[in-house]
Amino acid sequence: MTRYIRRAAALCLVLLVALMVNAVRVQVVEADRLDANPANRRTVLARYAEPRGDILVEGRPVTGSADTGQPLRYERTYTDGPLYAPVTGHASQTYGTTLVEDAEDAILSGTSPRLSALPLFAGLDPGRRPGGHVATTIRAALQRAAYEGLAGRRGAVVALDPSSGRVLALVSSPSYDPGVLSGTGGPVAAAWARLNTAPGRPMLNRALRETYPPGSTFKIVTAAAALDAGVVTNVHAPSGTPDPYRLPGTRTLLPNEAKGCDDASLAYAIRWSCNTVLARLGVEVGLSRMVRTARAFGFNDPDLRVPSRVAPSNFDTDMSPDRLALSAIGQYDTRATPLQMAMVAAAVAGGGEVAHPYLVESVTTAGGGLVGRTPRRTYAQAMTPSTARRLRELMVDVVERGSGSNAGIDGAEVGGKTGTAQHGVGNQGTPYAWFIGWARAAGAPRPAVAVAVVVEDAAARREEISGGGSAAPIARAVMEAALEADRRRGKDDGRQGLS
Amino acid sequence: MTAATTDAPPPKVRLPRRRGVEFSLLVCAVLCSMLGYAAVGLARSGAVPHDVAGYGAGLGLLALTGHLAVRFGAPYADPLFLPIAVLLNGLGLVLIYRLDLETPADQAAPTQLVWSALGVGLFAAVVVCLRDHRLLQRYAYLSVAAALLLLTVPIFFPAVNGARIWIRLGGLSFQPGEFAKILLAVFFAAYLAANRTALAHTGRTLWRVRLPAGRVLGPIVAVWLISVGVLVLERDLGTSLLFFGLFVILLYVATGRTGWIAVGLLLASVGAFAMGALEPHVHGRVEDWLHPFASIEAGQGPGQLAQSLFAFAAGGMFGTGLGLGHSTLIGFAAKSDFILATAGEELGLAGLSALFLLYALLVARGYRAGLALRDPFGRLLATGLASILALQVFVIAGGVMGLIPLTGMAMPFLAQGGSSVVTNWIMVALLIRVSDSARAPGPDDDPDDDQAADGHPAAGGPSAPRATGAPATPGVPGGVPLLPPPAREDAR
Repeated sequence: MTRYIRRAAALCLVLLVALMVNAVRVQVVEADRLDANPANRRTVLARYAEPRGDILVEGRPVTGSADTGQPLRYERTYTDGPLYAPVTGHASQTYGTTLVEDAEDAILSGTSPRLSALPLFAGLDPGRRPGGHVATTIRAALQRAAYEGLAGRRGAVVALDPSSGRVLALVSSPSYDPGVLSGTGGPVAAAWARLNTAPGRPMLNRALRETYPPGSTFKIVTAAAALDAGVVTNVHAPSGTPDPYRLPGTRTLLPNEAKGCDDASLAYAIRWSCNTVLARLGVEVGLSRMVRTARAFGFNDPDLRVPSRVAPSNFDTDMSPDRLALSAIGQYDTRATPLQMAMVAAAVAGGGEVAHPYLVESVTTAGGGLVGRTPRRTYAQAMTPSTARRLRELMVDVVERGSGSNAGIDGAEVGGKTGTAQHGVGNQGTPYAWFIGWARAAGAPRPAVAVAVVVEDAAARREEISGGGSAAPIARAVMEAALEADRRRGKDDGRQGLS
Repeated sequence: MTAATTDAPPPKVRLPRRRGVEFSLLVCAVLCSMLGYAAVGLARSGAVPHDVAGYGAGLGLLALTGHLAVRFGAPYADPLFLPIAVLLNGLGLVLIYRLDLETPADQAAPTQLVWSALGVGLFAAVVVCLRDHRLLQRYAYLSVAAALLLLTVPIFFPAVNGARIWIRLGGLSFQPGEFAKILLAVFFAAYLAANRTALAHTGRTLWRVRLPAGRVLGPIVAVWLISVGVLVLERDLGTSLLFFGLFVILLYVATGRTGWIAVGLLLASVGAFAMGALEPHVHGRVEDWLHPFASIEAGQGPGQLAQSLFAFAAGGMFGTGLGLGHSTLIGFAAKSDFILATAGEELGLAGLSALFLLYALLVARGYRAGLALRDPFGRLLATGLASILALQVFVIAGGVMGLIPLTGMAMPFLAQGGSSVVTNWIMVALLIRVSDSARAPGPDDDPDDDQAADGHPAAGGPSAPRATGAPATPGVPGGVPLLPPPAREDAR
């Protein structure tokens, strides 16, 4: 009998081995797949078990976490929800994350291995680390100036530091409080439904995700292409363009809103925004050079991230000369995000080079230890430095003597370009008012800020809507805030230097 | 060894009793459980629970009761049984307490503690009062009658969660199938011990296979068929599988005929296939096992097995730590059928392996006691009890981890369930009783006892007590000897 008892015991050993092998299969081999199963609530429970890291503006958090005592424990709160919503996005337990909350989610929620003291060995430490913080490049004063300038009208403002690519302000209006989407349950669902059906589309990030016909502000791109191509060598020489200009290959006549555009020089055409001159220049430069220049500014780039995804701006790559003429003045199929037009202004201000825009200055651990810093990167050389210098003069001229006079700032050099983009069937829609520009403090070596403003539905009579009228004052407020902030910082630096 | 000394009794060897070892291990087991209890408190509320000393004292008292019973009732018993049982029971209490925290309306730990105390009380009673396990052999037919009665009674009570395996009297409910396990093991062991020669060597030969005589095989097959049939009626799949496995293993061990294994496996596969195909309850279980995520794909959320697998996966290698998992997502059976998932999630593969090894050690010690014994009844009883434990652990652990279809059963000592805890304590008491007989120098030295117990005239003289547990050589090659002299067989 001994032998058979031993065999029965051996059978039990086989069963034990089967259990152990199966345990390894479930707990090690297939663990990741099971963990990632969307029906597994553990991920989401763990995600909200700890307070989320904060998003900082100038070192101060604009977000927070509230302990609800529920299974999904910590909910997101926002100190200035509507003001910073286009930057932060929302972190909702029901509807997920957007914008910086989404792009930096691994840091904020503490899952990123970069938060570990020894990132290479992070896999050995199964615990979740406390959420890290994300410092943005946003300047509170500029953001507020832009937000208050729009005053609830539909539109967007983007301000960039032309030399580095930092996004100093990013405003979309009307905005919403992302805090109402935190958490779960009826009120959150109701808020979500309300925001999604609101006529002003408050959750649309107009600064990054909406493209508009850029109108006359695109003439800066056309002028840059013409100057770089050598089509125009003297900006003050008469161009020989008739008014109105007949689009090539058609009998369509292109008129001007401005006066005195007949045979106008490039300088005059920029100053008063002559359609005819720039449309003809676009045709003379030719499709391939126009496309190349537009690309260098950032058009047609579906991969642009700041780190949130940016909707690609469009300049058609295949069209007939008459359509090229219209595209060259920002009509036809040309569309641009406000960020894109801010990059155009920044390229002129920054000596022809486009710095890659970015919104996240650095990320830190919960304790403040630096995890990573976004480096300055060159996006592209959009034009030669000499072309940039000449365009700067032309843009200054727009503000000092032309259509952009509303943007002028005492004691500073300001360049700009207005735009009034018609759209809709038969151009019957309310026009979009554009302004792009930059400002340099007196004595400063280079412009401190580049800005793009678009106002979708200025509540004014149609003939009064114009880039100079509606958009330029907002741009001026933002640029003033930037110069003021720089002046104060310079003073602080000086004081520190003396002490 | 010279011929002259063959008949002379071998010199007495004083066997170590190892009660000190048992006591030290018990202290470790109690401390280990207290540590777990404190860990749950620290994880959940940031403080050691105020009654951790009380919990330790309670468990320690149970351990001490058991220890004293063993010290006076079975001083030569294997020192591992009791500490392992106390550790498993203590950890089970910790896990149930930890799950209680998630369901404040349903506090199971205090009840479990009461049942554990009752279990230890019965344990002590069995160890102290049952002086010789061979006494049970006389009550074989009473056992089987009681077992069948117990199994049949729940048919007349309402079903709970699809299975008619409960008897509810007043506020108490218990599972008679649990007690029937022991009774059936006793009956199988007694019957097979008495008839194993007949089973192995009589009957007609059909082609080259010798069929056992119907009058010998008939009663035991009938008992087995009735019990399994009743369990199928009650939809207690786990226990029917357990009884089947127990029957086949004991039949094989008693007769040594590999054919029984083949017949058993054949019958099992036919039965399993028929049940899986025809019976809706079983069919559902098999479907769940084959497609644990089907309900997720159907948009109905994860089923219990999927949740259990998620829990195990979440545990990974080292677990989330006691109190820090989310195994309550499993739902209503988290404290009973699925308690292993909590262990897997919060203690990880490391902790789960440790648990499996504890069970393995318990089972191995049971088999070892069987090997060391000389009377066939005791050997079969020890083998049966150890096999019950092993099969039970395999069936439930394999079920909740997706290795085999899920069958409702309780993880021995770990799971919430009064009848289960009490039964397991009695089983450990019997194993201790048996192992004490195996290692004690006393009554087995009397050849008459051997004769009475075995049903065969003992060929040899008084057997030699052995310092080592297992015999050095197996039985006679080529099958069971016609007249096995157990003492000789073991003494060689």
